[in-house]
Amino acid sequence: MEPLKLPPIEYGALLPMLILFGAACAGIVVEIVVPKRARNVVQLVLALLAVTASLTAVVLARDVRTVTIGGAVAVDGPTLFLQGAILVLGGVSLLLIGERSIERGGAFVAQAAVTVGSQKDTRQATSPGATEVYPLSVFALGGMLLFVAANDLLTMFVALEVFSLPLYLLCALARRRRLLSQEAALKYFLLGSYASAFFLFGVAFIYGFSGGIQLSVVHEAVANPQRSEVLLFVGLAMIAIGLLFKAALAPFHVWTPDVYQGAPTPITAFMAACTKVAAFGALLRVLYVAFEGVRWNFQPVLGVIAILTMFVGAILAVTQTDLKRLLAYSSIANAGYLLVGVLALNESGLSGTMFYLVAYGFSILAAFAIISLVRDSDGEATHLSRWAGIGRKSPLLAGVFTFILLTFAGIPLTSGFTSKFAVFGAAVEGGQTWLVVFGVISSMLLAFPYLRVVVLMWLSEPGETTPAVSIPGFLTSAVLALGVIVTVALGVVPAPLIDLTREAAEFVR
Amino acid sequence: MEQTVEFAPAAGVLSNIWLLVAIPLASAVILLLLGKRADKWGHWLGVASVATSFVLGLIFFLNLAGLEDGRRSAELSLWDFIVVGELKVDFGLLFDPLAGVFVLLITGVGSLIHLYAVGYMEHDPGRRRFFAYFNLFVSAMLLLVLGNNYVMLYFGWEGVGLASYLLISFWYTKPSAATAGKKAFLMNRVGDAGLAIGIFLMFTELGSTQYADVFNGVDSLAAGTILIMGILLLLGACGKSGQFPLQAWLPDAMEGPTPVSALIHAATMVTAGVYLIARSNPIFSANATLQLIVVSIGAVTLLIGCLIGSAKDDIKRVLAWSTVSQIGYMFLGVGLGGGAYALAIVHLLAHGFFKANMFLGAGSVMHGMHDQVDIRRFGGLSKHMKITWLTFGTGWLAIIGIPPLSGYFSKEPIIAAAFEREVVWEAWVFGLAALIGAGLTAFYMTRLFVLTFHGPARWTEDNQHPHESPAIMTIPLILLAIGSVGAGFLLSTSVPDWLTPVLPAAEGEAHGVLSHTVITILSLLVTVLGAGLAWAIFRKGTALEPQPAGVLVTAARRNLYTDAFNEAVFERPGIYLTRALVFLDNKGIDGLVNGIAAGVGGGSSRLRRFQTGFVRSYAMSILTGAMLVVGAFLAIQLGWLA
Repeated sequence: MEPLKLPPIEYGALLPMLILFGAACAGIVVEIVVPKRARNVVQLVLALLAVTASLTAVVLARDVRTVTIGGAVAVDGPTLFLQGAILVLGGVSLLLIGERSIERGGAFVAQAAVTVGSQKDTRQATSPGATEVYPLSVFALGGMLLFVAANDLLTMFVALEVFSLPLYLLCALARRRRLLSQEAALKYFLLGSYASAFFLFGVAFIYGFSGGIQLSVVHEAVANPQRSEVLLFVGLAMIAIGLLFKAALAPFHVWTPDVYQGAPTPITAFMAACTKVAAFGALLRVLYVAFEGVRWNFQPVLGVIAILTMFVGAILAVTQTDLKRLLAYSSIANAGYLLVGVLALNESGLSGTMFYLVAYGFSILAAFAIISLVRDSDGEATHLSRWAGIGRKSPLLAGVFTFILLTFAGIPLTSGFTSKFAVFGAAVEGGQTWLVVFGVISSMLLAFPYLRVVVLMWLSEPGETTPAVSIPGFLTSAVLALGVIVTVALGVVPAPLIDLTREAAEFVR
Repeated sequence: MEQTVEFAPAAGVLSNIWLLVAIPLASAVILLLLGKRADKWGHWLGVASVATSFVLGLIFFLNLAGLEDGRRSAELSLWDFIVVGELKVDFGLLFDPLAGVFVLLITGVGSLIHLYAVGYMEHDPGRRRFFAYFNLFVSAMLLLVLGNNYVMLYFGWEGVGLASYLLISFWYTKPSAATAGKKAFLMNRVGDAGLAIGIFLMFTELGSTQYADVFNGVDSLAAGTILIMGILLLLGACGKSGQFPLQAWLPDAMEGPTPVSALIHAATMVTAGVYLIARSNPIFSANATLQLIVVSIGAVTLLIGCLIGSAKDDIKRVLAWSTVSQIGYMFLGVGLGGGAYALAIVHLLAHGFFKANMFLGAGSVMHGMHDQVDIRRFGGLSKHMKITWLTFGTGWLAIIGIPPLSGYFSKEPIIAAAFEREVVWEAWVFGLAALIGAGLTAFYMTRLFVLTFHGPARWTEDNQHPHESPAIMTIPLILLAIGSVGAGFLLSTSVPDWLTPVLPAAEGEAHGVLSHTVITILSLLVTVLGAGLAWAIFRKGTALEPQPAGVLVTAARRNLYTDAFNEAVFERPGIYLTRALVFLDNKGIDGLVNGIAAGVGGGSSRLRRFQTGFVRSYAMSILTGAMLVVGAFLAIQLGWLA
């Protein structure tokens, strides 16, 4: 019997993930060691340093194209680009998470599970919030990096859980509207586990079909099937369901509005920007690397899902009265547009989708940053009616928000236009014109809710209940400035980033 | 094939020609940006910037003159302005003899009028704004004549248009000024659209809009293409220069301050059409039909202008219609082709002097008469405004063409050239039109002059103390008067030679239906006749109110019914069309849109009910979706759907 041999490991390629996981563990130690007063700053600095270091490692590894640790992790162009995107967007989200000047003690409470309304709960309403949010976020980021790099289905599943579990927790930590927050976390947890089960079940089917879990093995088996293809398609469907759930595609989107609304706004922003990148990164890899051979089978099914998603998102956004829910539906519709780019199944589809993810991530971060600023004594005033006439009171903030909404609507000279153009163009090139037709119709519908908010902000008289706008702290200002600058830059000179995505647009098997 | 058109690259001093455009533009920007802070000194900056441009223009001009024959041009490509696919447009300038004389005219006359405006606008609260627009105009006009391709020309063309609309409605609180600005804008739109389409056509047919490429490529084009291209350019020229059928805006443009009327609507901008045709002479010379159209438009317009000018009582409107008529002469000139191109330019330059002179004179009269413009309410002013009277007198003698003043040297050759057309009936028709025009010009200009400065005083009760204008206004008048006297002889001898590399040279001795001497005698005769008649009639003054008159005079008073025609043919149907479209929009399109919106909204409300908030129902919907997805995959695999 041959002795077990450790597979070769390329630490350089794994370094970005290792840094994050290490920093997250260090963060837990910080919780124990560092005195309470200094903890917040130390944790924030540690987290930001970790993200920066990890990003540096990604940049240094930019030419690496390899499959390592026995085929569990693939480091290639898309991996590195998406890891970079997750890190940049994650770093910006950390700034939002670290903001303490808008709300006393920050947007988080220390303990998620305290019964709402109990004495303990009232007490923690004014006490400083948890600093565990930083290690949790860094764990989630590490999981996301692994998720987009995973080259076998089990590693992918593990990564999925690694980044999901911290998110469930983080959702429950909102300082205001505790009940809603707890409910959101529980819903997210239950439905997320449910979807994970589908994913795992699908992995089992695929193992049954191909006799392996590595994507390259699956690819081989798809090309020369040895067993019943029923196994393949049931497995593919279930794996897809698990990923579609994370990416919030209809009809697996149902959790999104409730969770986006209930979670603390910085976490909502984090999920909307980073989870989306991770989920689509994995979806791209699974579809492009493992199942490319049966594209004619899954393209129509996923195409219908894309159309359904775009229309469910757009139509439901029309009647929303809560801004966070409105943005949730908008993010659902955007997931539909992204799926259109994925389904192009060509190089421009891959690069277009990656471009879209980055552009959208920055805009949505800025949008949620603004939402965190409009508040009254009960916390954020997210009901639409409260935003009436806010343009008269705070023209700068309303102007920035208007700009972001126009970006979402896809007005030229914003990244919303260039990114939609990138994915739709790729889909036409890939012969999926039918998806583009529906995509354009749905984005026309979706312009309505955005413009309704714009009209409400500028053309209504401010009422007595129109809340005051908090002065953003340094961190939030930085997020806003970054979001707006990147949105303009990617709208006016998208070429550098597009070139980068093109260079990165090749998977290894 | 004639010789190819080639421009020498700019070198030495001439590589700085961009300064000509940049300096007035910078001044305009400064004046607009600084706002009220520049109120105190802004007008002097305005004057200084144009004067600097004039000095520079003179230096460049002398440099150009110093170059050897045949290489007398300077082309300067600053940067790529537009690069889209096949279309490549240079931001390029060209300083050649034709552009040179225009630069001197624009900056020279422009400087004098700027100086005059310092005095004229002294009590106007918007003086700084006025000078900002005025500088903007000079800059755009210089760009227009200095561009080395049609897109640059169009750029300047729209720039001068913009400045013109801004300045016509300078007193925008006055409804008539606002309306006049709008009218100028709309009528210019028609012409500008033609020019733009003409440039598009150039690009599709020749692949370039550079002057050199276009002129060298004209020979390769079909006659029909040249004709259409020429007509489109001509449409643009007619709009900007107030030629038939787009002449109606120009007299209304007199609602602007008088310096504007003098600089923009008499001396420079309105002659841009003449410049366009002269610059495009390879295109226009290539098609005889095209030239016939230009000549006809010139002849018709010059007569219209004379007729209406004879019946107007507003001093500035008379001058405006006289501008229309004089530009008609220039169109006649550029239409005749050959050596007459240069004659038209000579007339344009001479006209720039004497018309600016008279407009400023009119402004001076208005300044001394509390903004009165009705010539029936003047009379006897020669005693009270000696300088204005004398300078205006030179302008008057110059325009009617009394030797040795400039109009004689510039207009008479055009009349002679008209009689020299090869087709006999054309020679007679256009020659006689030009000749009759000369007589009518003498008539209405004399009427204007006599009613204003001579005869009994017919001033209104509240306006009994006319006075001469301050020196800052009379000095430009005197300088322009000197120009009106001397320019004609100088220009007519030197300019045609100077322009020959750009414009075709005269073709030796031409033989018209009448000999040159006869034409000279005839034109002097009709001039004296017209002037004498007017003097006899109006020596004793005129009635203070409009008198009942015959058909022709009534028609002329109403601008030959062109306004009524425009209203009936364009305005009314336009209004009906917009009403119909609004109706269609309200009932049809809005209905459709609202219907869709209601549908979406209803669907949204119904779909919302599925978002119950219960995890169990979410799980149920995920399960349903999962079953459908798995089912669909299997269905496709098993061929149920295929």
